[in-house]
Amino acid sequence: MLDSVTSIFLSGRNMSRLLEGLWVTLEISIISVLLSMFLGIIVGLMMTSKNRLLLAGTRVYLEIIRVMPILVLLFLFYYSLSKIWGINLSAMSVAILVFTLWGTAEMADLVRGAVTSMPRHQRESGRAIGLTESQINRYIIIPQAVRRLVPGVINLTTRMIKTTPFVFFINVPDLVKVGQQIVEITGMRNVMASFWVYGLIFLIYFIICYPISRFSLYLERKWES
Amino acid sequence: MKSMIKTFFAGAAIFVALVAFAPEVKAAGELDKIKEADKIRIAVFSDKPPFGYVDENGDNQGYDVYLARRIAKDLLGDENKVEFVLVEAASRIEVLQADKADLVLANFTVTPDRAEQVDFAKPYMKVALGIASPEDAPITDVAQLAGKKLIVNKGTTADSYFSKNHPEVELIKYDQNTEAFNSLRDGRGVGLAHDNTLIFAWVRENPGFVTSIDFLGSLDTIAPAVKKGNKELLDWLNAEIEQLYKEKFFNEAYDATLKPVYGDSVDPETVVVDGEIAQ
Repeated sequence: MLDSVTSIFLSGRNMSRLLEGLWVTLEISIISVLLSMFLGIIVGLMMTSKNRLLLAGTRVYLEIIRVMPILVLLFLFYYSLSKIWGINLSAMSVAILVFTLWGTAEMADLVRGAVTSMPRHQRESGRAIGLTESQINRYIIIPQAVRRLVPGVINLTTRMIKTTPFVFFINVPDLVKVGQQIVEITGMRNVMASFWVYGLIFLIYFIICYPISRFSLYLERKWES
Repeated sequence: MKSMIKTFFAGAAIFVALVAFAPEVKAAGELDKIKEADKIRIAVFSDKPPFGYVDENGDNQGYDVYLARRIAKDLLGDENKVEFVLVEAASRIEVLQADKADLVLANFTVTPDRAEQVDFAKPYMKVALGIASPEDAPITDVAQLAGKKLIVNKGTTADSYFSKNHPEVELIKYDQNTEAFNSLRDGRGVGLAHDNTLIFAWVRENPGFVTSIDFLGSLDTIAPAVKKGNKELLDWLNAEIEQLYKEKFFNEAYDATLKPVYGDSVDPETVVVDGEIAQ
């Protein structure tokens, strides 16, 4: 049995190819999660403003992204953008762009929810002691909203990481696709190949996502005490 | 509800406006563009051995890839000046239309529907039906099948060929290749009909079965495809392939990539294209 495992992972460059695939997965996840957090806070605050134009704009954006399956967005930006407008983006930039657009919309909605759920007297008390609106946001609303945000943000982050395998539909060889290529060529000789390869991929995703949810638990406990 | 409808119309209006003002995308001087970039982008499969796959060293291999490297060598002087775009079967037309690849070499069977969306060059391979059956009770003639059970995959060429031309044969249909082949092993039919290229590889791995008919039905060809209207590259390809027929290059490609999988028992002429069929 050990033979069947070593023959898969040690033959040729299989192991380093899987690691290269993992790097692609991580690169897309890390960049788009960080950008989404940052942009999501800005868009989320815009959604709580009183400016009607701003409200309508962010609303249209949120609804469009929300109803569109990720795969459709990927195809739209990879194929249609080039076919119709002649804008030819690389597959990797399309992947990061789409995941950021999606993450930003979801993040913005989380931020909006956290901010508007803040009791009104908080803001009024701030005004009463003479703080400006931006000071109220910075010192009163945001610090409290952040705590309410954590569970949703962690959920969003792991969801984004787990959705990255979709990128192989626009020809980006991520971890799962590389695994599939290895299974296809070793599968004829070794029937256990798919079990070991997908088993390893499961383990890798677990190692990435589990610490993130532990971290959220840690933060929640720390703030409670 | 009202605001949702408003949102929807606003979104739709923006989308329509963007499409309406789209600039014309033009394709000119395609060969020069490739030479300027000093590499040709060729779409191949990454998980369909032995036609296009990635080996354990991470290199692209297979019959399609063998031709791809030769094209790069003849066009740009170096067989490594090719950038492989790894495609799925469903995106083979899109990669050309969206200019993500200059050329598709991904076991692309020529059909009238596809020919309306892309331009096919001269073929480099052919595919027909084959029948696999047990060694001790081989089906060597379609007449033997009358009133017997034949295994096929739903919606394949084998399915339509027998339904149309041989209604006397009783068909058992499956969705998946694995199911179909397993049922042949279990003896649920006297034989199995599928693309001969697939039958050859399966029989090699399964002792006790033979390819009892290796060429049947209408002949389909597999050819390189370029973006519709890319005449410059198409003309170059046709001249190139014409030259490769003369050199017997496709026999060489067969020996290097398909023979190890199919074994010696298969006649290369059932797969390889030479000059005659191209007309």
